[in-house]
Amino acid sequence: MSRLLSLLALLLALAVAPAHAQGPPPTLADLEDEVMCVECGTPLEVSQSPVANQQRAFIRRQIAQGRDKAQIKAALVGEYGENVLAEPEGAGFDLAAWLVPVLVAVLAAGAVATTVRRWRRTPSPGAARPASAGTHELDPVEARRLDAELEAFDR
Amino acid sequence: MRLRLFWPVTLAAAALIGLLAYGVAGQGSASTLDQAVARGERPAAPARPLPRLGAAGEASLADYKGKVVVLNVWASWCDPCREEMPLLERTQRQIAGQGATVLGVDTQDASDSAIAFLRDRGITFPSVRDRDRSYGREFGVTGYPETFLIDRQGRVAALRRFPVTQQWLDRHLPPLLAEKA
Repeated sequence: MSRLLSLLALLLALAVAPAHAQGPPPTLADLEDEVMCVECGTPLEVSQSPVANQQRAFIRRQIAQGRDKAQIKAALVGEYGENVLAEPEGAGFDLAAWLVPVLVAVLAAGAVATTVRRWRRTPSPGAARPASAGTHELDPVEARRLDAELEAFDR
Repeated sequence: MRLRLFWPVTLAAAALIGLLAYGVAGQGSASTLDQAVARGERPAAPARPLPRLGAAGEASLADYKGKVVVLNVWASWCDPCREEMPLLERTQRQIAGQGATVLGVDTQDASDSAIAFLRDRGITFPSVRDRDRSYGREFGVTGYPETFLIDRQGRVAALRRFPVTQQWLDRHLPPLLAEKA
């Protein structure tokens, strides 16, 4: 049992170890899709404006200084503000980017649940009619009218 | 069931509309300031403290009350800004002794690039950093460069949404310099 536990602990340690190991240094391409061109409002990877070129030069300098991705992003925010990150920060109007999809999902789930519940409560047409058909009786006026119409139909 | 759903759906819709209205209102309007100045009015200039470029501490227009300020919004990567810098520096040298200054607002710019830009051109007037253009938006800034003439009471007296020219400065600056604090 203790051997099994030791083996499990060893496997766990091996599985966790790579997560803590320092990865390769970031490249410009690693960051370009997570950073916005602050003037054009498009991802840096598709921007060719002068400010986008300056941002790329800034990132290259940071990489050359040995900074990791998180440090470079923090430096970018320090220079250009929060809007330089492609992912919204979750404050102010940016909150809408997170709230709206959640709200829409909740409303959609509510609508589906309500519809399903209604379907289950409404009796099916095949089940409802036989029960009611047997209880309805024609009054004398209706019976005479029906007879007359059937006779006229037979002629 | 319908009644039970009515209020959550209504509240969610109201929240969404409120959020959108907040976003639209937050964009600010350039036209309001332009129209007011065109009518001859002098709206109060936003005076938020901003970090000094290449120096410690913060500065705001409030620090320049009593002075005429040529507030110029620029960035080192902006070609027209590069072209108008010599004119702004000449202006600074002309007005510095008359209770006036040029004040740069370096916007959406890497600070080391901006400092090198000023040093290479021998610029002597001070600048502050508006890293995310949030201050510029209060003036309705949509591009670079833009220039605002602030009177001695801290009000916007004239503005130019394009590069400044000597003629524009000659027309608007002397009357402001002649005004008393």
